[in-house]
Amino acid sequence: MANKIRVATTSLAGCFGCHMSFLDLDERLLQLAERVEFDRSPITDIEHCGRCDIGLIEGGVCNSENVHTLREFRKQCKILVAVGACAINGGLPAMRNFIPLEECLSEAYLDGIGVENPQIPSDIELPLLLDKVRPLHEVVKIDYYLPGCPPSADVFWKFLTDLLEGKEPQLDYALVHYD
Amino acid sequence: MTAFLQELAKTYGYQANHLLAILRAVQARYHHIPEPAIEALAGLLQLPRSQIIGIVEFYSFLHLQPQGQYELLISDSITDQMLGKQDLISYLADRLQVSIGAVRADGLVSLANTSCTGLCDQGPAGLVNGLPLTQLTRAKLDVIVSLINARTPLPEWPSELFAVHDNIQKTDVLLSRTMTMGEALQATFDRGIAATLTEIDRAGLRGRGGAGFKTAMKWRFCSEESETTRYVVCNADEGEPGTFKDRVLLNSYADQVFEGMTVCAAIIGARQGFLYLRGEYLFLHEPLQAVLQQRRDAGLLGNNILGQGFDFDIAICLGAGAYICGEESALIESLEGKMGIPRNRPPYPVTQGYLGKPTVVNNVETFLAAAAVAVQGGDWFASIGTGPSKGTKILSICGDCACPGIYEYPFGTTIQAILDDCGAHDVLGVQVGGPSGTFISRQEFDRKLAFEDLATGGSFIIFNASRNILDIVNNFTHFFAHESCGFCTPCRVGTSLLKKQLDKIVDGHGSAGDVAALESLCQLVKNYSHCGLGQTAANPILTTLARYPELYQAKLKKISYEPGFDLDAALATARRMADRHDAAAHLAQVGEDYE
Amino acid sequence: MSKTITIDGKAIPFTEGQTIMQAATAADVYIPHLCHHPEFTPHGSCKLCTVKVNGRNCSACTFPAAEGQEVLNNTQELNSDRKTITQMLFVEGNHFCPSCEKTGNCQLQAVAYHLNMLDDHFPLFYAHRAMDASHPEVLIDHNRCIFCTLCVRASREHDGKAVFAISGRGINKHLLVNSTSGQLKDSDLDSGDKAAHICPTGAILIKHTAYQVPIGQRVYDHHQINEVSLASEHPHGE
Repeated sequence: MANKIRVATTSLAGCFGCHMSFLDLDERLLQLAERVEFDRSPITDIEHCGRCDIGLIEGGVCNSENVHTLREFRKQCKILVAVGACAINGGLPAMRNFIPLEECLSEAYLDGIGVENPQIPSDIELPLLLDKVRPLHEVVKIDYYLPGCPPSADVFWKFLTDLLEGKEPQLDYALVHYD
Repeated sequence: MTAFLQELAKTYGYQANHLLAILRAVQARYHHIPEPAIEALAGLLQLPRSQIIGIVEFYSFLHLQPQGQYELLISDSITDQMLGKQDLISYLADRLQVSIGAVRADGLVSLANTSCTGLCDQGPAGLVNGLPLTQLTRAKLDVIVSLINARTPLPEWPSELFAVHDNIQKTDVLLSRTMTMGEALQATFDRGIAATLTEIDRAGLRGRGGAGFKTAMKWRFCSEESETTRYVVCNADEGEPGTFKDRVLLNSYADQVFEGMTVCAAIIGARQGFLYLRGEYLFLHEPLQAVLQQRRDAGLLGNNILGQGFDFDIAICLGAGAYICGEESALIESLEGKMGIPRNRPPYPVTQGYLGKPTVVNNVETFLAAAAVAVQGGDWFASIGTGPSKGTKILSICGDCACPGIYEYPFGTTIQAILDDCGAHDVLGVQVGGPSGTFISRQEFDRKLAFEDLATGGSFIIFNASRNILDIVNNFTHFFAHESCGFCTPCRVGTSLLKKQLDKIVDGHGSAGDVAALESLCQLVKNYSHCGLGQTAANPILTTLARYPELYQAKLKKISYEPGFDLDAALATARRMADRHDAAAHLAQVGEDYE
Repeated sequence: MSKTITIDGKAIPFTEGQTIMQAATAADVYIPHLCHHPEFTPHGSCKLCTVKVNGRNCSACTFPAAEGQEVLNNTQELNSDRKTITQMLFVEGNHFCPSCEKTGNCQLQAVAYHLNMLDDHFPLFYAHRAMDASHPEVLIDHNRCIFCTLCVRASREHDGKAVFAISGRGINKHLLVNSTSGQLKDSDLDSGDKAAHICPTGAILIKHTAYQVPIGQRVYDHHQINEVSLASEHPHGE
């Protein structure tokens, strides 16, 4: 137990598709579990990230809460990994960047068809949206990138096993996809 | 408009080659290129309309959107900034009630920044409808504002506003001797054309634009081409910030420059020459035309020059605000009425230049020197200077010195000697060769003006100890991003990335890895860019990083990474719309590192 | 006697007038490229095909082969810099592969795969670029244009038209359609034109053909661009 690698995972402005893909490791998860222990992750329900060896983050940065979470991961994780298209270049959520935030919020909460009781939600519990959705590397230092929408289970497997074996992770051609 | 355009197209023989000149005329009259003009010219010149739009969008002085009837541009060169340009343009914007980069609501006036106007020895400078405004002060701006608001036509403005001085401070063999008209040509024919080329070879004359290619070799290559239609082009697109010597040469020594071009034409067998004059020097256009006419009247241009059966004439083509056109193949493209995009080489212009024909392109000063060599012979010239750098170099000196202006020095002169002459004190460093050249520190003032040591096209900008090197580098780096033609990826994207990365560091958002990232980006832009612009665009950073690494390091924070954008400002819109004022509605710029 | 150059130490024959790229392709040597296409006048702008010729960087697609040249191509240094140049193209535009119907058939993406590009490295430019869906059969998504000018050249050199042009300077470069409205529907583009099919990215797409081939079964899903490129660009009959 003591020499297990601690891994934390989270999704920021993402769809949890990368997490689903991670679960596609299927029976390999059991092998992984022998070497790896999960800290903060949807799998564990731990709320805040403790000291970890590896942090896996899917999704880009779209609001203030994302920034706080990302920073918590950066502070606690020795190795921080941007997982999937959204974490790497903003991905689909970043397509809102073509529309000014003011228009997005107005359409959703003020003038959109079917909006009742138009008002911009305002509560200190609610995170505020950033004017643009940004990739992780524009906010904190990122150590590794796993491309794909989502990266396949094989990508996670290769990356983690390389690291566990003390090798520099290397993804060969078949594992590099942006879609 | 239709009649005007038809007349214009007719004047230029309906030739697409003259598109830039035609568009300049349309811009001057309508203060933009109106949509109907694009449509009409496409028909008259038999061009795709996209080609016309391409040119308008390429050159800074042409616009698709209407500019003011008074188009005011203020030079954003580093020396203008040092002379208080920023305060002046803000004052002007305030007095005129127009924002920088905009047109006033009544359409009367527009105000914007422009790249170096070649008036660095008499800045802060600007342009109004293409004409130079010099030594601007708040008092002068008050006058200008009144004249504009009173809609006073430019010819009625006080002439002192437009006064441009030569400021020749030190002459040597080239500038101290005034040649009589026709002297060099007569000498050429008396000696023989081949023998004159030998003299130029013996003189060791090298191109004065900065690159230093041997002039005689270039002329010989061109003359040996099998294609017999050949051209001479004088590159007067003096755009390197801090350079203005060609302006002075064309103002006071134009006849000798044209004579040098004519000698070249006789040697290479050209019948047509062009002076490509940067758009900023519009005020020289008419006087230069007059000089050409004098030469025609004297039988030194036109048919059967000096009775030698030699036909040659020179036309003047104006640029329209594009630094890249100083690159010879981009200049040729521009002469052909196209966007100034540097060509792939080979073939070189001496083989396939203007209209695909063999073409010699030389700097203004090179032709001036060639004419002198034609008169006085190669040995005379070669006796001056150093082994690989013969003759003298004409410098444009500006920045922190008592006497900015034009200085002529034999090659081999030390930087210290030059600084002493121009009254420079407490000097921090000198930018030799403009932004694309080298920044030298005060430890290097024993270095010499020479191709083998410090090469320069003429720009020599002095900075005293009160100046901030990173401000200087920032100005130059922004300049290159603005002037990149955008043809190749490393320069188009790379110069903008350099700007972003340098801004990040200068603005205090840099962290440990940011200087290393900046340097590796510099190397990529330098090593992979298509032409000299991209290959030298990183020089301001590279040359100062090598000399003052501590200046860059001092800007860095002791953290692994900080965003290059303002995080809290990125929440501003949402904060305002949600009417949030609590602490959670804000973000600190930096988080904590893994420890 | 045929003349030869060497590429990465291997002797490559060439004929007078061939570029390094042409000689390499004929000898089954892949040099990464995006703006080059064997059917059109070489352009030399993307700079991915930069090779070291006798120690000096040159664009293989425009630089003439000459007897005895020693060319370096497939080196770690060049490939690493090519990857950086590709990253520049990615951050300059807006390339959201998962939502692009060209994914898997895209040469920009395929070159990036080939060079093992895993991230964008640079901050994004967040360019605001439009779409032109006006034409009934052809779509332009300017977000994906890399200014290779292949559509410009194909229209001019193959289709005998001038539907496209590149306008603007520096980072403000953009693709222009030659019609009074500026829209594709008012141009004389025909969906059968070479210019409509030549785009190496998803900037110019033929409508109503998306996803006929499922993702995962597309060209570069199973073959690297070096194989695909050599198979399609190798001169016939050699």
